[in-house]
Parts: sequence; C-alpha cells; structure tokens
Amino acid sequence: MVIIGVLVAMLINSVVNNTAFHWDTVGKYLFDRRLSAAALVTLELTVLAMFFGVLLGVILAMMRLSPNPILSSVAWVYLWVFRGTPVYTQLVFWGLISVIYPSFGLGIPFGPEFVSFQTQQVITFFVAAVIGLSLNESAYMAEIVRAGILSVSEGQTEAASALGMRRQQIMRRIVLPQAMRVIIPPTGNEVISMLKTTSLVVAVPLTTDLYSKSREIALSLFQPVPLLICAAIWYLAITSVLMVGQYYVERHFARGSQRELPPTPFQKVRRWFGGQRGQGQRAVPPMPLGGGGGERAGAGGG
Amino acid sequence: MSGTDEGGRVVTNAGAPAGAPRMVLAEGVHKRFGRLEVLKGIDLHVDRGEVMCVIGPSGSGKSTFLRCINHLEQINSGRLWVDGVLVGYRQRGDKLYELREADIAQQRLQVGMVFQHFNLFPHMTALGNIVEAPLRVKREPKKEVFDRARALLERVGLSGKEDAYPSQLSGGQQQRVAIARALAMRPKLMLFDEPTSALDPELVGEVLDVMRDLARDGMTMVVVTHEMGFAREVGDQLVFMDGGVVVEAGRPREVLADPQHERTRSFLSKVL
Repeated sequence: MVIIGVLVAMLINSVVNNTAFHWDTVGKYLFDRRLSAAALVTLELTVLAMFFGVLLGVILAMMRLSPNPILSSVAWVYLWVFRGTPVYTQLVFWGLISVIYPSFGLGIPFGPEFVSFQTQQVITFFVAAVIGLSLNESAYMAEIVRAGILSVSEGQTEAASALGMRRQQIMRRIVLPQAMRVIIPPTGNEVISMLKTTSLVVAVPLTTDLYSKSREIALSLFQPVPLLICAAIWYLAITSVLMVGQYYVERHFARGSQRELPPTPFQKVRRWFGGQRGQGQRAVPPMPLGGGGGERAGAGGG
Repeated sequence: MSGTDEGGRVVTNAGAPAGAPRMVLAEGVHKRFGRLEVLKGIDLHVDRGEVMCVIGPSGSGKSTFLRCINHLEQINSGRLWVDGVLVGYRQRGDKLYELREADIAQQRLQVGMVFQHFNLFPHMTALGNIVEAPLRVKREPKKEVFDRARALLERVGLSGKEDAYPSQLSGGQQQRVAIARALAMRPKLMLFDEPTSALDPELVGEVLDVMRDLARDGMTMVVVTHEMGFAREVGDQLVFMDGGVVVEAGRPREVLADPQHERTRSFLSKVL
C-alpha cells in the first residue's frame, strides 16, 4: 500500500510539475470553440456509424442464421472482407470512391438511367467516413447480435411457433428482446471503441473531427502535448457519458431476468440519506414477490 | 378409404362418419432424425372431447409424436390429420408438399401446446405472456383479449399475478400461466408434453387440477405423462409406446390393471 501510494504521488508530481505538459495551454484551449465543435463532429460520426452499423449488423446476423444458403453465404463473405481488412484501408477506399465511380444513377440494370449523380457531390468526406465506419462496424455487430440470438433457448422459439407466430414476429417480439441482455455489454464496448476509431477518419481525409482538429491547433502553436491532453479529456468525457447511458439501457433490458432490479447509484444515494432520516426504518421496503411461502422453489426449469 | 378436397380437408376417413372427422388421426407416421428412426409407424386416433394419455420410457418417441401433431417436427412418411385437415402438408395426387410457413402457423392456431419446461417468455409479465399471441397473431380487439386473459388467470387460480414476471413465480404457477397462454388462443386441441415432470412433487397437484378441470369441460387433450393416477382418473385412452411403436393401447384402467404385453408389464412394474 505504502509503495503504491509513494509511486502514485511521484507520478502526480511529475505530471503536474513537468513544464512540457503546458497545463496553462491545456486550460486555455480545453473549451476552445474549435475543439468543442470538433468534439461534436466526433460524436456525430460515432452516433451515425453505430446506428447504421447496428442496423446492418442485425440484418447480417439474421442472414447468417437463415436456413437459406445464399443469404448465409453472402453474409459470411461480407464478414470475411470487412473484418479481414484494416478499417484504415477501408476508409481510404471510401475516400477514393468518387475516383473509382465518378457518377452513379438510378435506372434499369444494364439499361437506361433515369437520374444520375456526381459521386463527389453526394458522398462528401463526412458521408464517406460514416459509410466506411458503419460498414466496418456492421461486420463486428453481426457477430455480437448472432451470439445474442444463439443465447436464447430453443424452447422460446418453439413456444412462440406453437402459438402460431411467424419467424419474423418471433425474432422481433421474443428472441431479440431477450438477446439484448447478451448484446448490450459488448455493444457498449463497440460504441466506446467507435468513438476512438473516428480519429482514423483522417484517412478519408476528413479533418474536422476531434483528433484532427487538435493536431491542427497543436501544429500552429508548436505545442503538441497540451492539445493532445485536451483531446484526451474530451474523449474521456464523452466516454463517461456513454457509459452512464449503457448502464440504464442494460437495466431496461434486465426486466424479468431478476426478481428485483438493483437500485441505481442515484437511488442508492437517496436511499442512504432517506435511511439516515428514517432512523432504522428501511427507506424503501422490498417488494414482496410470489404468493405464499416457499413458492419460488422449482422455478429453475424455465 | 379417405379422399381429400381442394383445401386438404378429409371428406371421409376410415372408420369415422362423414362430416365428423376425428380430432387427431395418425396413419403410419414415421419420423427419422438422421439415421435414427424414432417413430416406426404410429396409428392412433383421438375423438372430440377425449383425453389420450401417452406413457412410455424415455426415448420411446412419445414426445416426438406429440410434436408432430402441430408440426414442430416434420414427419417422414404417413399421414396425420387434426380435425380432418392434413398437418403440415398439402396432398396433390399421391405426393405431399410441405405447406408454406404462413399456412403452418395458421394450422397451429387450432392447437395449444404446453411444454415440460414451461417456456414462458421471461421478458413479459404473466398477463403479457397470455395476450401476446391473441393480439399479435390473431389481431383480436385489445379489451376483449385482456378481459379473457384475466379470466383465464383466475381460472388457473392465479388472479393477482397479472404483473408478475415468470422468474417471480414458482414452477407450478409458471406452468399454469403457460396453460392459460395456450387456452387464450381458444384451441380445439391441447397437447401436453410432460407438463409436471420439471416440477417439485408438491407443486404437481396444482397443475394436474387445472388439467382435470379442462378435461371436465370437454377439451380434447393429448397428454404425455408419467402421472399414472392422472391417466387412470382422467384419461379415456392410455397408450404405451416403446421403441417408436405403440405397444399397447386401451382404457386406462384395463391397461394399468391387466397389461397384455410383457414390455408394458415390466414398464408398469417399475413406475407404479
């Protein structure tokens, strides 16, 4: 304990008193308009990429589990390509898409086109970054969703089919809500990982995100370290907010899996203060569950 | 002989008077899992309002046969009708064609099923479990469905448990909710797959009571069970299966008191 304490104290001392960190510059630029705007871009990229990544991931997972061999092999090849190549490479590729396909249009396959677009105008660097990040993410999400679906017991599907429900309905109403408990923790990982992966969009090249912007300011000041710290603090702050969000989403999908939900930290604090006032009384009496005594026995079979 | 009209409905079938098909009719039902033959030609029938109990050692094919009745398992040969309608297939000429998913789902609306491990939906309350299929599959009016669901919960002795999640209920209570869930679809036939085998001995009675009431109200039931007392008291037919064939069938009292086959005798001597 003492050794750890001494080491921590030494570390703090070296960080605080080392002039290379330029703490005054950190304080000056942390809330700089350019940096907060860049943080917003990073957040937008994260949210959009995760949204489309999850959506496509669910579709891919269902394709992989489909009895149709064409659907499942298409999904397999997709996963093979997008998990097997670096996301940086993929981002460079999407940045170059307008070179590969200068224009695209809607029309009859191999026939006349009705409308045509200049790729460069539609697929801006921001759009290219979202596409690149989403497609890459969907390959990972597909496996997470598949694991979730497989974790739901076969009996659930059987009971639902015996009630006359159709495959899609069973998936949406019965299997996915239960799979969520398994899906959410790794998805939280993915969101946080995505937040940081957005710093690679410079490959597109998109330079309005948090990392690129902090680099830009740092280069103009000839002080790389303090701006790096500013960016790190922003990333940390956003991650913290996301983690709180994950906690509440997990709680929501824990419905029915526990007899009584554990209190949130907020409730714990309130209960603690309430308990102090109540003098020995429990602030929130536990809900009596189940009917008579000892009736919960044998519930394990379900 | 039996013939079918366009919809696959049996016009007449062997032994049954025209216009009143048997509730369940199986002819030469075979089922294989890979190379393992689980059902080796089952011929059985259940009439309207009858309770048929199926007993036999594990691996005898009794659960598989039950699951064939609502096409949870596909049969490999033979024919199976529920209320005169061919289950899971359409017959054209001599050939059988498997029905589309939507048609199979449609057929299952007529048949309720209760499982050994209850298989309640854990993320829904007791009431939610019961109203799910009537609302989402049959699209019946909300108020009617909820009223019926509450009445069913009361019927199985669980009023007051509407908002309880399955994990908050005992095994016996869960199984009774599962029975109410099946009844909410107003089936004409109920299948029970060892409904009390996963229960603590002291909880078996409450589930059997509900089933006994159901039989008394005239529900047609096929019950795979190890409860000989229930079979004797409630069953109209008792079927003993072993090795994928029906070894012996008859009135429960007669089969239990005076089994004709050596295999039945040795099985009963172990379980009674």
